Amino acid sequence: MAITREDVIYTARLARIALSEEEIEKFTVQLDRIIEFIDKLKEADVKGVEPMTEALGEKNRVRKDIQLKSFDRETILRTAPDRDDNFFKVPPVIEDK
Amino acid sequence: MDLALLSVNELIELYRRKEIKGSEINRTFLERIYKYKDLNAFVSVFDEVENCNEENYLPPVAVKDNICIANKNVTCCSKILKDFISPYDAFVIERLRNKGALFLGKTNMDEFAMGSSTENSVFGPTLNPWDKTKVPGGSSGGSAASVAAGLAPWALGSDTGGSIRQPASFCGVVGLKPTYGVVSRRGLVAFASSLDQIGPITRTVKDAAIMMDIIAGHDAFDSTSSTKTLPQLSTVPEHELKGLKIGLPEEYFIEGIDAEVKTLVMKTVKLLEDAGCIIEKISLPNSRFAVDVYYIIAPAEASSNLSRFDGIRYGYRSSKQEAKKDLKLLYTYSRSEGFGPEVKRRILIGTYVLSKGYYDAYYLKAQKVRSLIRKDFDDAFKKVDIILTPVSPTPAFGIGERVEDPLKMYLSDIFTISVNLAGVPAISIPCGLTSKKLPVGVQFIGKHFSEPLIISTGLAYEKLRGKFPLAV
Repeated sequence: MAITREDVIYTARLARIALSEEEIEKFTVQLDRIIEFIDKLKEADVKGVEPMTEALGEKNRVRKDIQLKSFDRETILRTAPDRDDNFFKVPPVIEDK
Repeated sequence: MDLALLSVNELIELYRRKEIKGSEINRTFLERIYKYKDLNAFVSVFDEVENCNEENYLPPVAVKDNICIANKNVTCCSKILKDFISPYDAFVIERLRNKGALFLGKTNMDEFAMGSSTENSVFGPTLNPWDKTKVPGGSSGGSAASVAAGLAPWALGSDTGGSIRQPASFCGVVGLKPTYGVVSRRGLVAFASSLDQIGPITRTVKDAAIMMDIIAGHDAFDSTSSTKTLPQLSTVPEHELKGLKIGLPEEYFIEGIDAEVKTLVMKTVKLLEDAGCIIEKISLPNSRFAVDVYYIIAPAEASSNLSRFDGIRYGYRSSKQEAKKDLKLLYTYSRSEGFGPEVKRRILIGTYVLSKGYYDAYYLKAQKVRSLIRKDFDDAFKKVDIILTPVSPTPAFGIGERVEDPLKMYLSDIFTISVNLAGVPAISIPCGLTSKKLPVGVQFIGKHFSEPLIISTGLAYEKLRGKFPLAV
């Protein structure tokens, strides 16, 4: 077993996903098979090989720091699931004492 | 004359000669979308496509539902984005609009482009127009099915591990995955950013070239968009096949590949050889690790990209009571209720391989092997001009057949994912039908920025092969 039930529960917590008992069982079996499969990678000899982080060998590009036309506030707030006037509305993150 | 059966190139010709109005073309396709609604290829349809500009006209495009069109839904076929309306046009949409194209609607796909069958969709599966008990492939299954069934003359898809080429093969149409960076990703909902590319799904190679001329080009708002530009592709002539060196990677003609697929692909090889191509056996030794590398890198990038779906700024928010009082629970419930099983599975794999203690063994190792995979291609292209492979080991499989076996589903992309990992371009072209009348595709792979060669070779092959039928 590469993946245990506890691994699945812990990983799901990191990813902010709550799993049902049924999902935990199913994902444990499926993820175990997938991780076992990708473990084949251990056989690859990568001594002295650089990691590839992008496809074309281009360097990072940065744009000039100049002001450009952007979305107006209303356009962006229109997509919010909940709002209060000009703000996104979220549950309290600071407790009242 | 049935307009729905014509290529985009032929439609443009008719329109230019004023034999037909743009609105007639658009109406034809719109009517067919409603007539063949049972295929479930479209998840939204834009009736206003009838009102086109007759002065500046381009045949209408079907758009995969992970590409943003201003003031239209972009759902990624996920519950988490089901009601989301895009405030802007993707780069490719902007380009097409400027050329006079309107959009027929948004096409069905696997949720967040994660899948190979278009079954992982909140809108239900798309059916393969050749055989409605089969999947159309995925994740751009709705786009491929719509082009194959004559519901759209051409379509946009996206390809992270084969999501344009594999459904094109399953549906008997042409699909091109461009060189990484050639088409801007601005306005494409991110899945795995180092692999994702938008590309055309069309009836003919020529149509793919016409689309590429419009959508390729540098975009300052995509930091990985290439500054190198492609020459015009739509005017590229057929390639002289005599002397063209074509490589067959021995690792791609393995046991386990469907006998009929192998026969049809080898028939294509014979056809090209008889036309003067030089066929050479080559080796891509590290391709045996491609699926492993892909299923580490793609989920890792996805788990990071999809962290933005938290129920705060856009998308689905859980209405559970506990979620109203606790921010962490709001994130957790919104994501748990909003994402489907395959997306959760990939987020978990990605989070696992990036987590403390596993990063070096999985993610870093995968990035190193990715270098080796690219080097295999670089070495091969010193010997040959084009690499020819099957697109998928099997023809379209049955609906429901692989849903419970994710690993088996992942293996249907075994011949396409190396291309994304290396960043090279590849095209899928129909090469025949099985005894059960299911299409099979052949893949031509070229080196970085070799789109002109891929197109010219594709044109020449298409001529040798003869006209390929549509599904209806």
